[in-house]
Amino acid sequence: MLDSMASSCGEWLKGNGPDSDIVMSSRIRLARNLADYPFIKRCTDIDRASIESTVREKLKTGKEFKDQTFINVAELDNLDRQFLVERQLISRELADAEGARAVAIDGLERMSLMVNEEDHLRIQVMKSGFDLQAAWDQINQVDDRIEEQLNYAFHKDLGYLTACPTNVGTGMRVSVLVHLPALVITKHIEKVFRTFQRINLVVRGLYGEGSQAMGDFYQVSNQITLGKSEEELIKQVGDVVPVLINYERKARDFLISGENQHNLFDQVSRAYGTLQNAQQISSEETMYLLSQVRMGVNLGLIGDLEIPTINKLFIHTQPAHLQKLRRNELDTMERNIERANYLKQHLKSDLSDDAEMN
Amino acid sequence: MKCQNCEKPATFHITDLTGDELLALHLCPDCAKEYLKSDDDVEEAPTITGVLQQQLKLEQTAEDLKELDSRECPICGISFYEFRQSGRLGCPNDYACFAGELEPLLVNVHGDNVHVGKRPKRGSEDMEMQTETIRLRREMKEAVENEDYEKASQLRDRIRAIEGDS
Repeated sequence: MLDSMASSCGEWLKGNGPDSDIVMSSRIRLARNLADYPFIKRCTDIDRASIESTVREKLKTGKEFKDQTFINVAELDNLDRQFLVERQLISRELADAEGARAVAIDGLERMSLMVNEEDHLRIQVMKSGFDLQAAWDQINQVDDRIEEQLNYAFHKDLGYLTACPTNVGTGMRVSVLVHLPALVITKHIEKVFRTFQRINLVVRGLYGEGSQAMGDFYQVSNQITLGKSEEELIKQVGDVVPVLINYERKARDFLISGENQHNLFDQVSRAYGTLQNAQQISSEETMYLLSQVRMGVNLGLIGDLEIPTINKLFIHTQPAHLQKLRRNELDTMERNIERANYLKQHLKSDLSDDAEMN
Repeated sequence: MKCQNCEKPATFHITDLTGDELLALHLCPDCAKEYLKSDDDVEEAPTITGVLQQQLKLEQTAEDLKELDSRECPICGISFYEFRQSGRLGCPNDYACFAGELEPLLVNVHGDNVHVGKRPKRGSEDMEMQTETIRLRREMKEAVENEDYEKASQLRDRIRAIEGDS
């Protein structure tokens, strides 16, 4: 199954949905624990194995989960685990953990259900573009179905009980993944994020806690989980997204107006040229350049490229994806060469065709 | 084009707009990383262990803290010390066992200590009944470790009986 997934994109990189030039995806996750087991930290190997098999068996019976494939993460090799991390289907924590652990994924990669992460269950639903309501409707329903099968740890005053007190209550994290290259170039990004911190929002890089903001992608999510309802938390994050979109659009307008335009056009064209012609290129530089090209396409500065193609390149040029696509394990040096080849193949310029015709 | 800070080729072209004027920078990947990093002073969100440490410093004398640290949850056996070191609790009962310490922590982190969101549709949640299984599992593990297999098998039967009921 993982091999066939490699050539496609998954929901969050589809590149459609509302405001998808800036908002890549909307995501909601719920942290849940079974009432009759200790939290992961105090679980024995037997407990972990028992939680995994209990969840797997119970899910089998629900028709909502018939499209879910249950993957035993402990049995995967490093490359496959890294591959799932790159696709945002499992967390780094789950990939690097030890002992029985699993993930259930649906064919469209809209939902993933991690077993034995920091909590017994981490349910996640993703939607392309800015669509938190749709994500909530789906995950709420999935949560209801699981609750019919399994007994959640719940306290009448504290809500859903979680291993870390920062998640207790709703156990919910609402995240919107945004692409903000113009705010980065104009250096307004930190000011915006400092403002967000004051209103209890967290900003992280593409791959969650501690990850740097690769390719100008940022995740905006709620900090608190207790004392506000799910709808209020969704509103809290949802309300700032239009503001953020507006800021980014203004910064883009600024960059494309007057004299700045030449600088931006030059920068974007050079980025595109490098991606088309490099002989070896790191994953970081690829992300950095693709980000500029993506903005260039959105601003109409590059005409012969589609956003879905760029989104695909973002994921396919990551280390594990590149190796899966080449069906070969590669070291860093080999990867940098393969990555350049892959980019060349997929970003063929029309100029070379013209040259042939002449 | 060469990097303006060193001799390597410049591949990063950054436009700085901190003031009113545009400042163009041409940097190699290494210098660019350094430049972007030095600017990245967005504060990290406070960690749970950090908040807790702050709170305990204000409220506890060293002796009190020592006593508190040695307190253990009767269900999962985690000590308060282990919790405050890792920031992770051991079982649902810890929320009751360490309620006095957790309440100010929750208010500190969330600004609130009462859940107002979704509730499971299932009827009455019997916390004690549920944590009972966790305690029995721990006792079973300890019995196995002490090679008291008779006790272990009795405990296993009791766990099965409880699980069968639910």
